[in-house]
Order: sequence, then C-alpha cells, then structure tokens
Amino acid sequence: MNRDKDKGKVLINRSFIMIIAKLVLLTVIILRLYYLQVFQADKYKMLADENRISTRLLIPPRGIIYDRNGVMIASNRQNFQVMIVAEQTPDVQKTLNKFKKIMPLAGDEEERIKRDLRRNRSFVPIKIKDNLTWDEVAKIQLNAPDLQGIYIDEGLSRDYPFGESMAHILGYVSSVSEKEAKLDNDPLLQVPGFKIGKAGVEKLFEKELRGRGGSLKLEVNAYGRVMKEIERIEGVPGRALSLTIDSRLQQKAYDLFKEQEQSGAAIVLDVRTGEILAFVSAPSYDPNAMAKGLSSQEWKDLVANERNPLSNKAIAGQYSPGSTFKTVVALAALESGIIKPQMRFFCSGQMYVGNHAFHCWRRAGHGPLNVVEALMHSCDIYFYEVAQRIGIERIAEMARRFGLGKELNIGLDNEKSGLIPDKKWKLKRFGETWQQGETVIAGIGQGYVLTTPLQLATMVARIANGGYEVKPTFTKIADRSKIKKMDISSEYIDTVKQGMYDVVNVPGGTAYRSHFNIDGKEMAGKTGSTQVRRITMKERQTRILRQDELPWKFRDHALFIAFAPYDNPLYGIAVLVEHGGGGSSVAAPIASAILQEAINLDILK
Amino acid sequence: MYKPYETTINNQAQTLGEKFANISFSYVLFICVLAGIGFVVLYSAANGNWNPWAIKQLIRFGMGFCLMIVLALTDIRFFMRYAYVLYFITLLLLIAVEVGGHIGMGAQRWINLGIIKLQPSELMKISLVLALARYFHATSLQTIRTIPGIIPPALMALFPAALIVMQPDLGTSLMLVFTTVAIFFAVGVQLWKFALVGAGALSVMPIAWHFLHDYQKNRVLTFLDPERDPLGAGYHIIQSKIALGSGGIFGKGFMNGTQSHLNFLPEKHTDFIFTMLSEEFGMIGGVVIIVLNMLILIYSYAFAIRCASYFGKLVAIGLATNYFLYVFINTAMVLGLIPVVGVPLPLISYGGTVMLSIMASFGIILCVHINRNIQIGKD
Repeated sequence: MNRDKDKGKVLINRSFIMIIAKLVLLTVIILRLYYLQVFQADKYKMLADENRISTRLLIPPRGIIYDRNGVMIASNRQNFQVMIVAEQTPDVQKTLNKFKKIMPLAGDEEERIKRDLRRNRSFVPIKIKDNLTWDEVAKIQLNAPDLQGIYIDEGLSRDYPFGESMAHILGYVSSVSEKEAKLDNDPLLQVPGFKIGKAGVEKLFEKELRGRGGSLKLEVNAYGRVMKEIERIEGVPGRALSLTIDSRLQQKAYDLFKEQEQSGAAIVLDVRTGEILAFVSAPSYDPNAMAKGLSSQEWKDLVANERNPLSNKAIAGQYSPGSTFKTVVALAALESGIIKPQMRFFCSGQMYVGNHAFHCWRRAGHGPLNVVEALMHSCDIYFYEVAQRIGIERIAEMARRFGLGKELNIGLDNEKSGLIPDKKWKLKRFGETWQQGETVIAGIGQGYVLTTPLQLATMVARIANGGYEVKPTFTKIADRSKIKKMDISSEYIDTVKQGMYDVVNVPGGTAYRSHFNIDGKEMAGKTGSTQVRRITMKERQTRILRQDELPWKFRDHALFIAFAPYDNPLYGIAVLVEHGGGGSSVAAPIASAILQEAINLDILK
Repeated sequence: MYKPYETTINNQAQTLGEKFANISFSYVLFICVLAGIGFVVLYSAANGNWNPWAIKQLIRFGMGFCLMIVLALTDIRFFMRYAYVLYFITLLLLIAVEVGGHIGMGAQRWINLGIIKLQPSELMKISLVLALARYFHATSLQTIRTIPGIIPPALMALFPAALIVMQPDLGTSLMLVFTTVAIFFAVGVQLWKFALVGAGALSVMPIAWHFLHDYQKNRVLTFLDPERDPLGAGYHIIQSKIALGSGGIFGKGFMNGTQSHLNFLPEKHTDFIFTMLSEEFGMIGGVVIIVLNMLILIYSYAFAIRCASYFGKLVAIGLATNYFLYVFINTAMVLGLIPVVGVPLPLISYGGTVMLSIMASFGIILCVHINRNIQIGKD
C-alpha cells in the first residue's frame, strides 16, 4: 500500500509539472499572437494589401494634332485586335485551327501565340493578331459561334492621315527605349506597348500630347483573377494641338517634289508672323510604318538611301545660299552708305583680286549695272566689287540680323546653325587671317557661308515684311504687334525688293519663266545655284559641262527664295532642290507653283 | 462547474441517470463552444455557405458527441479490461493498412468501413494510451524505475510509431512518441533516462535525416528559412503570417479575411484554420481559442488528480496530452514557430477522423471523471 501511495504521489507531482508546462507553452502561443498581430500588424497589413491589390494604369488617349484649318493631321485610330482566352475555349489547338481556316497566320505567329498561352495564366487574354481590317473583324464576328474564347478587342493606335508628306513635321511615335524610360519616371512609360514621340512635333510636345495616366485599383485573388474594382482614378487625356501648317499647301508642296523625284526642302512662312504654313523635306518616310515598327531590312533600306529620307533637310541640311545671299549683301552695301542705289559697276565677265581671277556666271559679262539690275541678272562681278568695298564684317552682321548663322530654335531635333563667317571666326577656326578673296566669294553666297532652308525662308520673310524680326514657328502667334522691327531703312529694303521683283517679272530676269499674275498678285524672288564640285582650270578652258551631263551627286544645288503678293506680302518661301541643277530652271518653278497654290487657296485672308 | 468536493460514491455501481448527472457540463460546454466557433469559421471559409464544409462538420460533431456520451457512460473497468485487446486490434489494422498500401491501395492510411473511413493511426493514439495506462497501473514504482521495467511499454509505443512513420505520417508518429514520453514522465521514470535518450536521439539525428522523405526535409529547411522558397514550400508559412499579422487585434471581420477569401492562404479550412480565424477575428479570436483549450486541459488534469484509480489518472493525463499536442503543434505551426507538419486543430479544422477520435478521447476523459471513485485492482 505504501508503495502504491508513493506511486500515486509521484504521478500527482509530475502531473502538476506537466499542466504548468502545457499552460506555459500555450501562453507562448498567445505571446506569439501578440507579436504578430499587434507588434508587427502594420508590416503584415501592408503585405496583405500588396497581395490583394493590383494597380493598373489607364492609358490616356494621345492628343490629336490639327492643322490651321482644323483638319486632323495626327489622330488615334481604333486598332482592332483579336484575342484568345485559354480557359474560355474547350480546346485551344482546335480553336486555333478553326481560326486559321478563316484567317491564315504568318509562319512563326502560331508558335508565338502558343508560347504566350503557356507563359500566362489561363484567363489572361493573348493577342492573336492586331491591326485587323473591317472585313477581317466582320469575318471573325460571323464565325463567333465556332470560335469560343476568341473575341475582338479595340485599342488605340496613332494614325497619320497625310503619311509621309507630314513626317518631317510631326515625326512619329514608337516604343519606349530603355534610356527614355530611365530619364522619364512617368509610370505610363513602363506599360508594355506604350508609345511616345520619337521625332518632330510628336516629340517636341510629348508632355502635352501624352496626358496623364489614370489608375485602376483592383482586388485580385491568389491566382491573379480580378475580383472587384476598388478605386478608379481617371487620367487626363492628352491635349489637342493646332499647328500653323496648312495641310493642303503642305501636300501640294510635297507632291511637287515627289512628282519630280527631287530631294530637297521647301518652307512657306506667313511673313507677318513667322507661322510655318508648309514645311517639306523630301524624300520622306512613312510615319505610320514607323509607329507600327519597321523590319530591320526596311530600316536598313531607309538608312542606306543616298537621298537620306530620314534627314530633315529643312533644318538639318546646310547649304551654300549662293546668289540668294546677294539680297543681304545688297542690304549691307546700301546701309553702309558706301554703295548708292544708282552706283553702277561694269561687268566684263571676269575680274582679278590680287593674282586670282574671279568669273561671272555669264562669261560674256553684263556691262554696267546698278544694284537692282545686278540682283535681276544675278551678276557676280557687281557683288564681288561691292563685297570687296564694304568688307566681310558688314555682310556678316546684316546676314545675322536676317536670321542666318544661328539656330532659330523651332524645337525640332537636329536643327543646324549654318555658318556666317567673319574675321574672328576664321582666326579661331583655322588660326589664319581673313583673305580679301574670301570676302569676294562670300559676296555671292559661296565659300564658307552655309545656311539651312529654314533660315533662308526666315530671311526672305524679314525682307518681305519690311524688316520685322519674325521667327518661324509651328504654333499660332496671337499678337503680332510684339514682333520687333529691325533698325534698317525701309528704303533699302524696298530697293532689294524691287530687284527681286525684276528677277521674276521683267524679261531677262533670272526667274522670268516662273512669273505669274493672279488678280494682280505677283511674286518676287531670287534664284541661286551652288556648285558642289570644283570646276577645274582645264574644264574652264575647254567647255564647262552642262548640268545634265553630270552625275546626280555632282550637279549644283538649286535654290529659290520668294515672296508674294509683291504689293502686300503674305507668303515667304525658300525652296532648295538638292543637285537640282539651276535655281531658275528647277527651284523657281516649284516655288512659283506653291505660292500660286497659296494665293488660290487664299490661306491668309 | 466542476465541484471538487462533491459527495463520494464508494465503489458502487452508479445508475445510468447518476452517471449522466455526473458528466461535467462545463467541460462539455467548452467543447461545444470550440466546435461552434469551428462551424462559423468553416461557414466563412466557404464564402458564407454551409456547404461544403460546415454542414458535414456539424453532422460529424453530432456523431462524435453521441460517441462521447456513450463512452462517458461506460464503466471504466471495461477500458481497463480490454486495453490490450484494443491495442492489438489497432496494431493489426495498422499492419493491414501498411501491407495493403504496398499491395495496391496506394498510400492509403485508412480502412473504408462504409459510413466512415477508419484511420488506424488515429485510433492508435487512444489505444496506446489505454494500453500504457494498464501496463503502468499494474507495475510497481520500483519496476518502473528499472530499465527492464520500461522496455515493454517503450516497444508498445515504438512499434506503431515506426509503422506510422513509414506511411509516411511524421506528424502522427511524433505525436505518439511525445504522448508516450509524457506518460513515462508522469509515472516517474527518472529524468536522467530522458536526458540519455534525448542525447542519443540527437546523435542519431544526422542518420534519421537521411531517412526522411524529401518533402519532409523541405518542410524542416523551409521552416528554418521560409524565404528560401517563397513561391514553393515557404509560401504557406509566409502567407499564414501575413494573414495573422494583418488581422491585428480585432480582425478584419467575419467573412472579410482577404488572405483567406482571395486564396492566398492555403488549406484555410483544414490545417490553417487557426490562421483564418485569427485573420477575421483578430488576436481576440485567437486568444479565445487558446484560453478555451487551456480550460479543457486544466479540467482534464483536475479530473486526473481527483480520480481514485491509477489507471484512470493516467488515461486522463495521456489523452489530455494527446489533445494538447494537437493544439500546440497546429497553432505553433501556423504561427511559424515550428515546421509545417500537417496536424489539424482539433474540434475546429474540417476533417472527420480527427473529430471522432478527439470526441472519443473526451468521452473517455469524462468517463474517468464519472468513475473517479472506483478502485481498480492490479490485474
């Protein structure tokens, strides 16, 4: 019995130890609950929200771009895509086979679709094909009962109705590069398939056109399926833009280049404001193809094209202005007082500066000429004489006042400054002093002088408007009274304008063949042709080759600057035709046709 | 409430009515409250439906409740008498399942009896406690303190434990071993022997590691570092902690647990039901469960201490320990304190076998209490 008592006592003692131990262990559970649910509650609440809330960006529609008359020149097109949802189709392969009978798929497309289906959960829609035509959409809708799990989805894609004629103004949109994504922290850029402006106005006004993305907070379950919408914040659609371009004039100008298979540039400005009415660089590229994405072969072809369709020749091409430069040389001469309007110089066809002979384009010479006659005939000797007398500094100063020699900052990429040389520049650039012969050659717009077609258009606009410092722009100028007038006598400008009038409208003028008269509205202009090759002494002694005897690359650049109507100037134009031959024969007719179109359309009422 | 000083009835047969009146109604109440909370959570787990879980669980609880009452009203000497018989039958069933499993029933752990699936390993938890209680009831303290005295009961435990670990069901097997250790401790086996066996177990651990299945190794490794495989094995522990932690003090509200309703929480109606409960009802809900279980344990021990027979005491302690192991292993597991071993939370987790075996245990514990004054001889 005693032993049994001991046995019972031991059991009771140990039972107490056991129940205490158990209660302690369960207290540990309570403490652990406290640690997780009170002490670390905030951390886990955040993690739980991260689990359940999936935020999606709502992509705002990109701003539409209009021309000056409200015509859409960049818009958003509905892009029909056909999608498949694996879990809604009984047999993916069979459904795809049925689909292929209705609409064939390109070779590797089916592989791509199957890969996407494998990589995503079964309720995620996978794109089969995009950019469907209406016919294709109708076909799929018609066969819908056979195509379970396949449906049509619409998105927006950028559309440029004028295609290549506007490409150098508008640029294009394309997928975001890694570098761009790093520079801009807008979350929209992280959205797959989002496109941003890569060139032109699309890039210049990217921020305004893009708008702001909205967000959609969704509750999702562990498999990513959407359970309900928690919150929707609407975004801000991209702002619409109105440009100063007139799409009719733009199309006409581009077509002129295209019909003649010429490359070059043409810019039409409103001379009163600097608003750009047409802005052509030819040849061009198809921005719609760019927005869709080019194949590497298409890209290679574009880059390798010797006419350089990707380069915006209106601002990125630098050319010798040639004889069009004589207008500012004449202004510099008149303003200097050294040259009087009636002073005549005799052109014998050639002259010597030091030991070096300088030739007039007309071997026989022009005889005695004043400034108006010299402009009309584009006499080189007259301007050699004038340049020599007034010196390079006066010429350079006047050229700069008329918009040459530095960027006009219209905002597009790759705008070049051109070059107006002077003594300081030469010393800095070559460490050499300026030579008299260099002044002479600058007097006819050759040598070091380089300008862009846009600068020439600005120059002619400033002449046409009587010396107002207009700057070219794609956005409307609300108040033109703010435009400054340059301190230059209108008498001198009128003299130069008279010379430009005679170029076109007096028989014997270098562009007489391009004259027109629409209800008394006439054009005034100045031709220019610039050599891109050196004429050798030997060639000069025998016979200078005609332009059509030379290969394209060695032909002269043809230039023409003009304004119209002469009496009440509204339109200023600069035309450059690369390797076009002569300014009077190639560039002037194009400019004339464009200006007639502008007058007929009565763009600036 | 439990009344420690009620009148004693000396070793005389009680009528059925007397026995019934002697049932501790507080104890039964705790059990019903816990089970009731279980139905509520299962109802929420099915997104506000009685189907598929809550209604079945209710039926099982009803069956379990009847079983509990029947066992509670049984004479305790019956359990004493048939303890070994029951043990051997259960062992045979275990062997049958083990052999059958190899022959072609796959990795089945149960025998289909038509209405219920009998899981011998679950039954063994009770049978082993009864068998050990009978052995120690008949053995003197001196014998218990000798090594030959504890070899037979050790073998009684290790043989089924080994069979079960081969099933493979590490969780149940460990529970058998722990329960046995607890009984050895209670009957007075010297502490140095535990220390010796413990040291021995530690030294063979590297070898045992070798024999673990890959998924078992993974569970241990993942427990040690849940981030090791956040989408695979560690996912359960991480999501369970997120669900618990985000519940805070007051919880997200009934049917509002995001982690559980959006399926981030795995096994929310079975092994991880404590997590779901603590997500929706917060720390308050979790503490209520633990406190109710503490009360059940305190009452069980009180029954044991108040019982006159050594057999009764030991049966109550053994079964209470078994119940405690369920509760502790499950909650510690979902709280990330121990590896995920796949042990349900009794009375609350969805599952028929455990419900029945636990209700049977409660029935036997109540039986110990009702028969607390009956002396039992050593045979």
